[in-house]
Amino acid sequence: MSSATVATQWLTMGGRSLRLGRRNVEAIIMSLVLPVMLMVVFVYLFGGAIDTGTAYVTYVVPGVMLLCVTFGSGMTAGSVANDMTGGIIDRLRSLDVGGPAILAGHVAASVARNVFSSALVFGVAFAIGFRPHASVAQWLGVAGILVLTITAVSWLAAALGLLASSPEAASGYTFGITFLPYASSAFVPVDTMPTWLRGFAEHQPITPITESLRGLLLDQPVGSAPWQAAAWCLGIMAVSIVATALLFRSKTRG
Amino acid sequence: MSLAVEATGLTKSYGKLDVLTGVDLAVPAGSVFSLLGPNGAGKTTAVRILATLLRPDGGQARVAGYDVIRQRRQVRGAVSLTGQYAAVDELQTGAENLRMMGRLSGLSSAAATRRAAELLERFDLTAAGNRRAGTYSGGMRRRLDLAAGLVGSPSVIFLDEPTTGLDLTSRQAMWQVIAGLVSAGGTVFLTTQYLEEADQLADRIAVVDHGRVVAEGTPTDLKRRFGDQRLDLELADRTGWEAVAAHLGGRVVQRDPERLTLGVTTDGSAAHVRAVLDEIDPGRAAVRRFSLHSATLDDVFLALTTVKEPAHV
Repeated sequence: MSSATVATQWLTMGGRSLRLGRRNVEAIIMSLVLPVMLMVVFVYLFGGAIDTGTAYVTYVVPGVMLLCVTFGSGMTAGSVANDMTGGIIDRLRSLDVGGPAILAGHVAASVARNVFSSALVFGVAFAIGFRPHASVAQWLGVAGILVLTITAVSWLAAALGLLASSPEAASGYTFGITFLPYASSAFVPVDTMPTWLRGFAEHQPITPITESLRGLLLDQPVGSAPWQAAAWCLGIMAVSIVATALLFRSKTRG
Repeated sequence: MSLAVEATGLTKSYGKLDVLTGVDLAVPAGSVFSLLGPNGAGKTTAVRILATLLRPDGGQARVAGYDVIRQRRQVRGAVSLTGQYAAVDELQTGAENLRMMGRLSGLSSAAATRRAAELLERFDLTAAGNRRAGTYSGGMRRRLDLAAGLVGSPSVIFLDEPTTGLDLTSRQAMWQVIAGLVSAGGTVFLTTQYLEEADQLADRIAVVDHGRVVAEGTPTDLKRRFGDQRLDLELADRTGWEAVAAHLGGRVVQRDPERLTLGVTTDGSAAHVRAVLDEIDPGRAAVRRFSLHSATLDDVFLALTTVKEPAHV
């Protein structure tokens, strides 16, 4: 029995995760309902009371999208933890399937799920009055930053999933990620925050990501925000990938 | 005689807990070998080391001719491990699970599909092949799991407690399946805590207790070596029963305080039976009657493994 090539392993594991994701009814409901619900909550419940100088729906679209992405990380971490605690991990290891292929499968599925959720957020936003002014190049920039962010968060979630001792704990660990969009410029301008929080909000990844997305969508100057966003994402991804490699090795060495 | 599994002095500890304290094994190719022992004896640890999923702290092992530490990849290419926990995705169908394993074993897409159909047929799962594994019964899931382990045609098949938790009917069906694996030319290495299972399936048995092999041989050998007869003693009263039980200690293989009986193994010769009776009952009043009958593997097992708590019947 010869083992499969690395490419086959990655494709097979990615296909598996996508199939499992498609059949996980709770996951589907969450990725369908959450974007709609959050959009409605922020625009109609909170939006009236928040003054950002523009229609709130216009302001909040990147925030809702990022919030969905961070919520989605819980599911990714949970499914990684589930694999690691069930019998499947031994079977895969005895087929010589490496840790990167196992995790990349989950990351690929996570990216697909979140791209879908993000598209849904755009759909709902359009339906309730969001009118961006982006050129084709700016749309491509938006797509690029979104995919980069989703990929970075997915790898981070995979690392947290490895760190956790159970799927439940894994979802708990990702709460920290879910908190980040609130303490950023995603929902309210940072200059409305107290100074101590503003310092944090201005120097965490979600703020430059939000600023880039919002600026590109509304055809406003973005300055260096996209580069900062890209640097954050690539940094998070690099650290997470190294962490997953180390964690996988220590978890499977007896 | 070529050996499919060869281990010398395997040790493994987790902190202060010594799980394996020096395991030696020799399994001829093409046979069924059973590692028999109670819970916590170190069976799973031994199998995981042989299947390269764990590194031993000490000792050496070769599986299918390859060193489990230095030639891990080659060993993995030649073995499969089916563990105690079903290693199939509940949200994938039986066929999808098998195709996935086929692709991961290096089969082409078409070959993986063919192999999946073949294995579903062989394990009587064809009708359920397009149903999700989550809807399978316990026995079907074990069969699927076993099939998944065979996708890559391994030459050494490790089965870690293949029937634990199955009902009697599913267990017997599983035995037939396992017996069929060897006729196909492979070597089967199974762990079990059921003596009947080892007796039924294995050509050779190694009894493990507290991390080491305490006896090894064919089922017949073991029964003969550890007394193929059991001497059952019926004591006159409770005080006598307790005194004799305490005197015999670990030699007791069967005890029933209600009926005041104790069993010890014997070769069945008059000399040995007389010696036992004289030893425990010099006053010739404590033992009311005795009987002899053929030992079961249970008796061997109990004679060899330390009973951690007295068995209450």
